[in-house]
Amino acid sequence: MTTTAPPRREAPEPEAPAVRTRRRLPRFGGTALFVAGLVVAGLLTALSGWSWGLFAVYGVVLGSLVTYVGSRVVEGSRKATDRLVTCLVSSAFAIAMVPLVSLVYTVVSNGITRLDGTFFSNSMVGVVGEGGGAYHAIMGTLIITALATLISVPIGLMAAIYLVEYGRGKLKKTLTFFVDVMTGIPSIVAGLFAYAFFAIFFGPGVRFGIGGAVALSVLMIPVVVRSSEEVLKLVPNELREASYALGVPRWRTITKVVLPTAIAGLGTSVTLAIARVIGETAPLLVIVGITAATNFDPFDGRMATLPVYAYYQLTQPGVPPQFGIDRAWTAALVLIIIVMALNVVARLISRFFAPKTGR
Amino acid sequence: MAKRIDVSDLDIFYGNFKAVEGVNVSIEPRSVTALIGPSGCGKSTFLRSLNRMHEVIPGARVEGKVVIDGQDLYGSDVDPVDVRRQIGMVFQRPNPFPTMSIYDNVVAGVRLNARKMKKSDLDDLVESSLKGANLWNEVKDRLDRPGSGLSGGQQQRLCIARAIAVQPEVLLMDEPCSALDPISTLAIEDLMTELKDRFTIVIVTHNMQQAARVSEQTGFFNLNGVGQPGRLIEFNPTEKIFSNPDQKATEDYISGRFG
Ligand SMILES: Nc1ncnc2c1ncn2[C@@H]1O[C@H](COP(=O)(O)OP(=O)(O)OP(=O)(O)O)[C@@H](O)[C@H]1O
Ligand SMILES: [Mg+2]
Repeated sequence: MTTTAPPRREAPEPEAPAVRTRRRLPRFGGTALFVAGLVVAGLLTALSGWSWGLFAVYGVVLGSLVTYVGSRVVEGSRKATDRLVTCLVSSAFAIAMVPLVSLVYTVVSNGITRLDGTFFSNSMVGVVGEGGGAYHAIMGTLIITALATLISVPIGLMAAIYLVEYGRGKLKKTLTFFVDVMTGIPSIVAGLFAYAFFAIFFGPGVRFGIGGAVALSVLMIPVVVRSSEEVLKLVPNELREASYALGVPRWRTITKVVLPTAIAGLGTSVTLAIARVIGETAPLLVIVGITAATNFDPFDGRMATLPVYAYYQLTQPGVPPQFGIDRAWTAALVLIIIVMALNVVARLISRFFAPKTGR
Repeated sequence: MAKRIDVSDLDIFYGNFKAVEGVNVSIEPRSVTALIGPSGCGKSTFLRSLNRMHEVIPGARVEGKVVIDGQDLYGSDVDPVDVRRQIGMVFQRPNPFPTMSIYDNVVAGVRLNARKMKKSDLDDLVESSLKGANLWNEVKDRLDRPGSGLSGGQQQRLCIARAIAVQPEVLLMDEPCSALDPISTLAIEDLMTELKDRFTIVIVTHNMQQAARVSEQTGFFNLNGVGQPGRLIEFNPTEKIFSNPDQKATEDYISGRFG
């Protein structure tokens, strides 16, 4: 029997530390280099006459270049590539934000002038110039969208349940295909469909709110189907099996296990579908029309809606045009606020209804 | 209450793939039957075919006969939902309902089937089922908390409690103890010993000692090669399987000389 000496620990060699340290740019060094590039770009642009577009192009190119070269000299090529990609990705993000920020800024700055009590309490009856409001249009939008939701959610949800829980083979594939096709229908076509459909019963020139709700449903159903389908697919199969194994029939499994598990996602998808159709203009233009007075009855006569209201205030603003144009901007602002509120609601739903795992 | 299960010439398919072939076996009432065998040989598949859970998978089907107390499970007039009410199941992976509290998980079989029960009876049922699954002491103060907030082993015991709460006549358990510590495992084994007075129990396990401890009969599944269907190689009283098996393959597997 041989005894082996325990392996002796070797003293670390001073030349080769375990983790190699490299020279690094100081904190914010990368940002400083990029800003330096931006300054050069600003000078270059100023020489050839100032233009924001040119500045953006020069800025991204020069900023990234300066950062890359600077980092390469100090830190070596791997870190330099990392910084270059960071520059490009951040610039892409900044550029993508430009239209959004500029849109919100324009709408808010133009719309704020008429964001007052009158706007929310008055209709347009007897208004030619100053004053007037969008009370009738806000109510019209809410009524028509609510009706569209009432039609689309049951149909869309049940279709999604069919596709996920029951659908098999060819029929399912065909249905999915048609739902996809429906998602791409131009909104004006939905309006024309509703118009043509109701013209059969009520004669040409028919205009009423429920027609708009039907047109919006045509646009909304495929969105609800697709997003609910994705949500239902996320429910683990094991839960369905657990339920079946307890001797629970399929429809009860769906209503008591699958839907409650998916409720957060379903609420979110419905809310986002509403947000998607609430700003539709073209179909409502065709089948609902516009009116100056408040009309709460979607089954009788024209109704005003916010997008159509904005359209008419802009194209037929009245005698001193400024008042109409201001009202159009405020209508757009109110629409954006409603959509934002819906998005917040969607987030709250998914927060509050998500299955809890707290101990 | 307990039922005898007779399986004859059972072939089980996933689409065109034959996963299990030619099973002939008869499972005694009021006993524990263990199924052992290497991974992928079709133990779970066979177990799931005993309460018609197999056909839940798209394309899956079964040929042959499974007769429980004279009634063919796969007869055309038999409703799979009724079958599953009589034959409960615990799955290989714990699957409590995430939207339900611990309490609701245990009574899920009663509630989901819309059976009416008095609140006090429900409370008793929850307590006895959780005690049976050796979970009562850990959760009795937080019955209203979500079931998915339990540890993996606790979740598995919750699933066992849920399965025994509906008082099935046959209980199928697919590796119920693979996620459990030795103490809970012992509790589950005690539970099986206790339950077998009333129920027929079939358990899949990779733990030979467990099979030897709890079961009266043991079946050994094996497969000849990848892509081949699994077969029931040997089915004998547990003492015989572990001391003097008929088949060489069984002996090799049990003594660890497999493969
Ligand atoms: N849903 C499925 N679809 C297709 N094939 C499957 C499916 N489930 C299992 N199989 C196949 O059936 C065979 C048997 O699988 P099974 O799950 O019954 O094995 P097992 O004996 O339970 O293994 P383990 O001990 O690992 O749980 C395997 O070849 C597996 O690939
Ligand atoms: Mg298995």
